[in-house]
Amino acid sequence: MIKTWFKSGAPWIWMTAGAVSLNLILVLGLLLLIAVRGLGHFWPADITEYHYKDKQGVETVIIGEETASSLLAANQARAVGYELLDNGEYLVQYLVKTGNRDIIGTDFRWILDQYIVSKTQPEDLIAVERREWGNFYGRLTAVKTNGAVIAEGPAAWTVAQDKLAKALELHEQIDNLQNGEIGAINYNLERLRLKQRALELKNRWNDTVSQEFAEKKLKLEQEYKVIQEQIGKLNTTLKLDNLVVADADGREKNISFDRVVKLIRPNQMTIIDKSVEYIRNFIAFISEDPREANTEGGIFPAIFGTVLMVLLMAVVVTPFGVIAAVYLREYARQGFITRVIRIAVNNLAGVPSIVYGVFGLGFFVYILGGSIDSLFFPEAAPAPVFGTPGLLWASLTLALLTLPVVIVATEEGLSRIPKSIREGSLALGATKAETLWRTVLPMASPAIMTGLILAVARAAGEVAPLMLVGVVKLAPTLPLDGNFPYLHLDRKFMHLGFHIYDVGFQSPNVEAARPLVYATSLLLVMVIVGLNMFAITIRNNLRERYRALEN
Amino acid sequence: MPEDNSTTNAASFLLNTAATDRHQRWRLLKDKLVAYCVTIGGLSIILAVVLIFFYLLYVVLPLLLPASAEAVNRYDVPELSQGNTLFLSMEEQNEVAVRFTETGKVIFFSVATGATLSTESLPIPEQVQIVSFAHGGYDKGVYVYGLADGRALVVKTDYKQSFINGKRVITPSLEYPLGKEPVLVDAGGQALVKIEIKIGEKNSLLLAKTLDNRIVMVNFSKQTSPFDDEITLERTDTILQVNGMDVDYLLVDKELRDVYLASRRGELSIFDIGDKNKPFLKHKVAVLNQGAEITEMQFLNGDISLLIGDSTGVLSQWSMVRNEQNIFSVEKLRSFKVSDKAIVGIVPEQRRKGVMVADNDGSIGIYNTTAERELIKKKIEGGKPLALAMSPRANAFLLQSLDGKINFWKVENPHPEVSMASLWGKVWYESYPKPDYIWQSSSASNDFEPKMSLIPLVFGTIKAAFYAMLVAIPLSLFGAIYTGYFMSPRIRQYVKPGIEIMGALPTVILGFLAGLWLAPFIEMNLVGIFALLMIVPLGVMIFAYFWQNLPQSIRHKIPDGWDCLVLLPVILFSGWVAFQISPGIETLCFNGNLRGWMLSEFGIGYDQRNTLVVGLAMGFAVIPMIFSIAEDAIFSVPKHLTTGSLALGATPWQTMTKVVLLTASPGIFSAIMIGFGRAVGETMIVLMATGNTPVMDLSLFQGLRTLSANIAVEMPESEVNSTHYRVLFFAALVLFMFTFVVNTLAEIVRQNLRQKYSSL
Repeated sequence: MIKTWFKSGAPWIWMTAGAVSLNLILVLGLLLLIAVRGLGHFWPADITEYHYKDKQGVETVIIGEETASSLLAANQARAVGYELLDNGEYLVQYLVKTGNRDIIGTDFRWILDQYIVSKTQPEDLIAVERREWGNFYGRLTAVKTNGAVIAEGPAAWTVAQDKLAKALELHEQIDNLQNGEIGAINYNLERLRLKQRALELKNRWNDTVSQEFAEKKLKLEQEYKVIQEQIGKLNTTLKLDNLVVADADGREKNISFDRVVKLIRPNQMTIIDKSVEYIRNFIAFISEDPREANTEGGIFPAIFGTVLMVLLMAVVVTPFGVIAAVYLREYARQGFITRVIRIAVNNLAGVPSIVYGVFGLGFFVYILGGSIDSLFFPEAAPAPVFGTPGLLWASLTLALLTLPVVIVATEEGLSRIPKSIREGSLALGATKAETLWRTVLPMASPAIMTGLILAVARAAGEVAPLMLVGVVKLAPTLPLDGNFPYLHLDRKFMHLGFHIYDVGFQSPNVEAARPLVYATSLLLVMVIVGLNMFAITIRNNLRERYRALEN
Repeated sequence: MPEDNSTTNAASFLLNTAATDRHQRWRLLKDKLVAYCVTIGGLSIILAVVLIFFYLLYVVLPLLLPASAEAVNRYDVPELSQGNTLFLSMEEQNEVAVRFTETGKVIFFSVATGATLSTESLPIPEQVQIVSFAHGGYDKGVYVYGLADGRALVVKTDYKQSFINGKRVITPSLEYPLGKEPVLVDAGGQALVKIEIKIGEKNSLLLAKTLDNRIVMVNFSKQTSPFDDEITLERTDTILQVNGMDVDYLLVDKELRDVYLASRRGELSIFDIGDKNKPFLKHKVAVLNQGAEITEMQFLNGDISLLIGDSTGVLSQWSMVRNEQNIFSVEKLRSFKVSDKAIVGIVPEQRRKGVMVADNDGSIGIYNTTAERELIKKKIEGGKPLALAMSPRANAFLLQSLDGKINFWKVENPHPEVSMASLWGKVWYESYPKPDYIWQSSSASNDFEPKMSLIPLVFGTIKAAFYAMLVAIPLSLFGAIYTGYFMSPRIRQYVKPGIEIMGALPTVILGFLAGLWLAPFIEMNLVGIFALLMIVPLGVMIFAYFWQNLPQSIRHKIPDGWDCLVLLPVILFSGWVAFQISPGIETLCFNGNLRGWMLSEFGIGYDQRNTLVVGLAMGFAVIPMIFSIAEDAIFSVPKHLTTGSLALGATPWQTMTKVVLLTASPGIFSAIMIGFGRAVGETMIVLMATGNTPVMDLSLFQGLRTLSANIAVEMPESEVNSTHYRVLFFAALVLFMFTFVVNTLAEIVRQNLRQKYSSL
């Protein structure tokens, strides 16, 4: 019976069906994995207090978040050097985020379940998110202003929250002054220097001009002094208050409010409180700047950089892609030339992306950028302006890379438009260009949009070429700001895909950064999957619409 | 009335032939312009591909171009009356050179014109004769004169750069590192017939052969007192026991660890002087064939290899190498036949593994040892060369010939380190036991020999692509077969976009999951992964068999072509079972630890980030590409072929294998080729999941490095337009040509397929 069943070939059909199921499971599993780990990053975790008695019998108290657990078989555990008490079969360990990196040295610590004496979640434990040295876990003892205690014990909490709100406001004011106004002053000073150098090179530098420049410089420096005083005053107010906290061993420590970002008591929060905190965390994630070498904080510059680069790329790739597709479909004689062009398009699609990066670096950055520098910016020498990786070259390189996507999608759209429409238009006396512009292209615009969306999705995720032509780990300024010429095409920028690579593999604290990597990946995957599904819907609608038209 | 007005307006417009003519001409002009622009735009696609290829070639070409040298000037030896030249040297800017004479005079002169800049007299006592001379390393500028009373004077040249009125002025001067008084080397006061010096960080070493054939060694070590920053020189005197060997050449390496003594007849003895008080003989080897004599011996840059020139015109390179058992031996790495005349001068390049050699006749050759290339071969008239100097930047040299003239030549030799042989063949690198394929392109010091063989990278690329295809082909082809042929159209509507989404996932995310989640997971659950491979297909089979035997009423509840959805829970369940029983299997068969068992039984080591991880991750990335092209090909097989086959009595599976697959085979072939091309070029997954070690190992559990990951890692840090930079561009060119060939072939196959289908 089994033999006949095998002979009929049915088992193989089941195997092929199994292959499809396996593919689906892999895709869905991957998306689920990223979703769970990424979404979990924002949920405020409970803090646990462990009473721990290690091998030598020394009792300690450990406070922290339980992040992970691991199960090792007895043999494997012994191979790594652990002793199992009571001849147990498995060794259970917990990874606890103890924070307090400035005191202990590391954020994370593995503790063995067999040595834990007791495990509780006291309600008064606090988590303090700081600007440096990561989180602090412990208890709130008191709040001080200018060295004098103004609240202690249970009352300290509300006072601390008030002070924190004020401190955050002041901090933001200082930040705005520094990045906005002082940034503008520095930028203008640098522009003055470059103008002076340009005039010197052209031999137009004389005393009158020198006088003008000196006056301008003086004015800027005076403005700078005024703002600096303002910042000084704000800083003194800011540094007046501080927290007094106690860590797991009971040692007291001062944390100034200007170093604090957030103060919460997760063990006391209800589900609703935690949900509100969750949304707050998510919003902070997409709107704040990164801290601590990209291992904490938000990813706003990366989002901004990706969006800006993709926009520039779209502006470049759409006309070229559409023109090439129109040529292939409308103008070229079908035969050898079109075959060669299609082979060329397929080659552009198949070239490894790192080769584009290499080409972009050598040709765009060094040859084109170098020529632009020597022709238009001789005063900046020897510092390169365009002769170095930057936003413009990254957009151009990615435009070249995603060109085949736009061409293929546009061609498909053009091929679905029935010939009768073109013939009708020509019969009525329109020229070919007019037919194209007024009839065919508008009908093909959903296809063009599909191509554009797919190109954007590809560019948002492509990292290898960008590593060579313009993306950096941390960009001090955004490419778009309030200083003339407002869009700085020569600046380096941050990119979501590269951020994932950098935080996951090049950061000094991979354990702490890992949840952030999952969260960034989740964002990137959501954006790309969303764009792709949007493009697919448009394409399906297009097919439906033209099926009716053909009949 | 308004209508009348409009018709009259229109009529008057149409009758106004001048205006309509102009308008028509403008329309036709626009049409022509658009046609022109569109044609240019279309053809520029070809231009883009060609531009990429030619630009890569343009950057790579200088690697293969030959070097050139040209004579710049020829002038009389400056101050020839002050004595014959013992040594010639030039400084980095090619402006000032120095000549040490046998009478204790040091003459600085201009390189371009030969005009004397200054003459210095060394503080050598009147009656004492100068017997020998040596340099203490070409890049150090330290020289020593050996005197007839057993003392030696150490002198150092210093070139100070200053800018006067925007022009560079170089002022040479002399310093005396061990003092202006000659240092006593031989307590017995015998003349120092041969001498050698090396100055290290904390030690200075003088080695000399006395008139009565003793080899004496003096070591000065700087001691800084911990209390008052005073520096005292502590002196150690030793004698090397050579057992009557006639020593003609003495060399000490820059680390002051080994002494190389050679006799004219070709005996080489190497002494270990790690402990300056107790030197001992390490190796003794004969380096020449019968009848030949050593005529010159120098170190190659880095002091790891000896360059020995002999009387038959052969230059050979010798180095101490260590084999797997940690036993050292002295091996001849390579030799160059320079000419038929004896070699009289060897000058190594200071910053590369290159050397300039001069023979008795005045022929000079510039060679690179790593690439085994002869870069320049020229004959300089004037008779036997008496002294040779090479610029520190290896872009110029001076040669003093027997006729009393100094020749000044410029050399253009930017990329001597690579040749096709060194990129693709085995090279015997310094200190390695045998010729090998190694990629290790740079390090912190100039002494390093850049090892640029592309073979480990190509091996890694093919290995990763192979395992990726091994994972991807079954899953994607089987999936394409089912989706294109057996699946119901309703589900196909959802499955196809699902797989497209799979293809849209950025590879950086796949790479990071592979490196940060999959690699540790596989490391902990290795048995589970292998169990999965066996249990899941088995589970599907068992389920399928029982499903066939279920009563019709239950089977018909699930419509035809929905098998893949039914199998979803089955596969999940089998996977769960596999992971549940794997700890048991591991304890039963492998003593509870598979990785330890592999290491002890077979010696197979396990790296966390290895080929297995990359194969799985890259396979996942490549599946959607192969799937969509193959599925398209299978779906487009004309229906009448399948219905005809079924009508003749074949089972669906027989139809599939014997009709559909054969018809669609060109499409499937092209799908696999494109997938392979993609797997070869993949960068991010490999970068994050392999550990990036350029090893050539067939094991599944070791890391690798591919061409693309190598470019991504090393390009940002390589010096623009250096050899390393151009070799990376060459790697990019190799990748480009490979994918070009694969993609063009696949596209031609697909185009032919489309033509074939349109006729069916």
